[in-house]
Amino acid sequence: MQQLLLRVDRLSTWLGQLFAWLIVALTLMITWEVFSRYALNNPHDWALDAQIMMYGSLFMMAGAYTLSKNGHVRGDVLYGFFMPRTQATLDLILYFLFFLPGVVAMTWAGWNFANEALAIRESTFSATPLPVYPFKFMIPLAGGMLLLQGVVEIVRCVQCIKAGEWPSREQDVEEVDVEKLKAMVHVKDEDIYGLDKYVAPPKLDGGTK
Amino acid sequence: MKIRKELWFGFILMAMIIAGTALMLILSPKIENGHLGLMMLALVVVAIMLGFPTAFTLMGMGMIFTWIAYEENTSKTLTLMVQSAFKVMGNDVLISIPLFVFMGYLVERANLIEKLFKSLHLAMARVPGSLAVATLFTCAVFATATGIVGAVVTLMGLLALPQMLRGGYDVRVSAGAITAGGCLGILIPPSVMLIVYGATAGVSVVQLYAGAFFPGIMLAGLYVVYVIVLAKLKPHLMPPLSAAERFVPLPPLTEPISSAISNVALPALLRALKGGRNLNVPTGYILKQLGVTLLPALLFALAAGLSWHVNTAPLDDDQRAAMARSAATAQSDASGGGLQAPPGGEKDNNAGSVGLAEPPSSGALAEPAKEGGGLAEPPTEGAAKEPAGADAGVKEPPGSGVQEPPAAGSSGVASTVSSERTPPTRGFWIGTGVGALSLLGFYALLSFQRLEIFKMLLSSFFPLLVLILAVLGSIVMGLATPTEAAAVGAFGGFLLAVAYRQFNMTVLKESVFLTAKTSAMVCWLFVGSAIFSAAFALLGGQELVERWVMSMNLSKTEFLVLSQVIIFILGWPLEWTEIIVIFMPIFIPLLDNFGVDPLFFGLLVALNLQTAFLSPPVAMAAFYLKGVSPPHVTLNQIFAGMLPFMGIQILAIVLLYQFPAIGLWLPQVLYK
Repeated sequence: MQQLLLRVDRLSTWLGQLFAWLIVALTLMITWEVFSRYALNNPHDWALDAQIMMYGSLFMMAGAYTLSKNGHVRGDVLYGFFMPRTQATLDLILYFLFFLPGVVAMTWAGWNFANEALAIRESTFSATPLPVYPFKFMIPLAGGMLLLQGVVEIVRCVQCIKAGEWPSREQDVEEVDVEKLKAMVHVKDEDIYGLDKYVAPPKLDGGTK
Repeated sequence: MKIRKELWFGFILMAMIIAGTALMLILSPKIENGHLGLMMLALVVVAIMLGFPTAFTLMGMGMIFTWIAYEENTSKTLTLMVQSAFKVMGNDVLISIPLFVFMGYLVERANLIEKLFKSLHLAMARVPGSLAVATLFTCAVFATATGIVGAVVTLMGLLALPQMLRGGYDVRVSAGAITAGGCLGILIPPSVMLIVYGATAGVSVVQLYAGAFFPGIMLAGLYVVYVIVLAKLKPHLMPPLSAAERFVPLPPLTEPISSAISNVALPALLRALKGGRNLNVPTGYILKQLGVTLLPALLFALAAGLSWHVNTAPLDDDQRAAMARSAATAQSDASGGGLQAPPGGEKDNNAGSVGLAEPPSSGALAEPAKEGGGLAEPPTEGAAKEPAGADAGVKEPPGSGVQEPPAAGSSGVASTVSSERTPPTRGFWIGTGVGALSLLGFYALLSFQRLEIFKMLLSSFFPLLVLILAVLGSIVMGLATPTEAAAVGAFGGFLLAVAYRQFNMTVLKESVFLTAKTSAMVCWLFVGSAIFSAAFALLGGQELVERWVMSMNLSKTEFLVLSQVIIFILGWPLEWTEIIVIFMPIFIPLLDNFGVDPLFFGLLVALNLQTAFLSPPVAMAAFYLKGVSPPHVTLNQIFAGMLPFMGIQILAIVLLYQFPAIGLWLPQVLYK
């Protein structure tokens, strides 16, 4: 079971990270476009459409990846103080109440939406038309991945309710990785502890030196 | 079961919201759809507080209520959902979010912060409370470039806190300076918060950036002034640095020149170059030092030459426009300097020189460095010079990708201080004269120690400043859209990482993945909120709110104060993204009734949400700092340290409210 869950995690992560590279392409492309327009005086009419498609695909496909790493923003004011079991119970209920209806509806509607675009071979309204339907297929694709990942998360909630603690996830790069930042600026834990002697605690615990 | 304090706090808040909603439903004579809309709003706050990922809470709840609003017509509901999602996917404002985030991660990983802090704190060694002031500056610059509060606070906690504690600084003051400084990045453009607001409220991001610039600088300036005044009044909180800590070691090759000839850098170097004296210093080395030393002079000559060229050239409409624009900047920047001026600085001298070169705020930033305007002046020029600097301390001009816009901006400034263009105008001569004088002063004061500091600044402070100003300048001047500027900025961040030899595949991979996760988080929130606000509008919640607010007969001031208080309170349980995305669509339509400019409102909101980062008990910044501080530093001490800074933030809101020109002046001048 755990293997299966992790495999889905890996799939979401792989796909999300694959699309994540679009940011590099996007950066280079826009930089080039700016250069091309100002220096070469040669703007491209399709550039903006292409940029938007890259951005849209990037974030849509990263949705499941972010979910698999528990990276979607949560209201943290209470959640952090709950016991894992309480957290899992709440999550489980809300996955059924909010997540599943919303994402199923979006996937389903997105599928029809994209197929309609495919039927008429929809394209952008510029001098150099780009096909729009592949972009629209990102909605059902992202929705489907999100759904799959959501099911995995639901199983995790059940596991947590049973075991009393959250099952482990695979490591991923974190925004604030304290250890890595410490290494980056060459600060060691001893240094931090060594500082304690400067923090003469005036009232709290009697100044242990 | 024992329930913790924090839980009580949350539960009480939730109960209040639910009770309020219930009361409203009971009291209203007839329940219409609009009431359902308000109920939905109240429920969503409660649901978010339960801790489920907000994007999906919004999406699910929006769908359910849309379905109700459409009288259970499923196909219409589905169409609306997919349309909302597609709208976000094709949003040409949000597209700059991933790019700015990417830029931030790259700049963060270029690992400039260590050098930046060290050079700034040496440069400011004589200012009262120098370490705290340097911390604030480092935070402001670094946080602006990266925009990642957590990382900045953590890094400064690792770098600055030990130094401050060792220097005998009070724990609270140190903690306050770090946390307050770290949060500046979300206000000072280019910040993601303003993009999110712009996308939600339909306000131009360009104008928001132009508008938020001075309030941001003002807030940073107020922090600095507070710290300096506090250090003057209560020196025991922030004792001055000892001579040992201020000591700048000279490189071994400079040492003999300094001791044998003279410690004033320029003449000493010149004589050493010419000199028959055999000091065993290779000529190449002397030339290199001389090159760095002469950077400001070269830049000055360049600026003077360029402005002479512009000044005497026959005029056409294009130029007139350009002049008007750059005159605006020059003026605005001078006023920015005014806000920053530390007590006792020789302001005038500096302001004059500021007119000469492009990033004048840097002149103000550097000004506290030395007693006179002397040293303060050249950084200005150094900054502008940097991109062009072939043989500067740094090999790779970090802003090279972006350098064009600022150069274009700077060229006009000196000349356009004047108003006419009869061959060389008086303004031109005055500008040149003042510049030449301050240059002379600079070289008179430039000792070898200061040359070392200058070199350090050149390789840490100016690259970042140039990057920020290039990105901002090109947006505000209308040379590039925010998206383009963000992309070029990301490219600049990439060059920066390469230039500082921090770049490798791991760094790129991590930045890319983090960017994907952060953008997915923000943009999925938009998908959810698009559906949610559609439902709210369908239910007619907006009209109800409007009728209700209008029935209260508020004056403009009362309305503004009330809305800010509501947003402030919401800042406790909710994050800024959620507040903007959910509540701004409700506030914005009300603004028209009271004649409030959405741009101005956005600036107030941005300042207001800043305080949420510093208000206990949920201030994120405090927890990041606690994570890297020695065990005896308590959360309460950190909170206590943050409080005065929070007070300053509120003062800043009041100031902005009283003098809207602080925020609105620049956009008005630029985009009339």
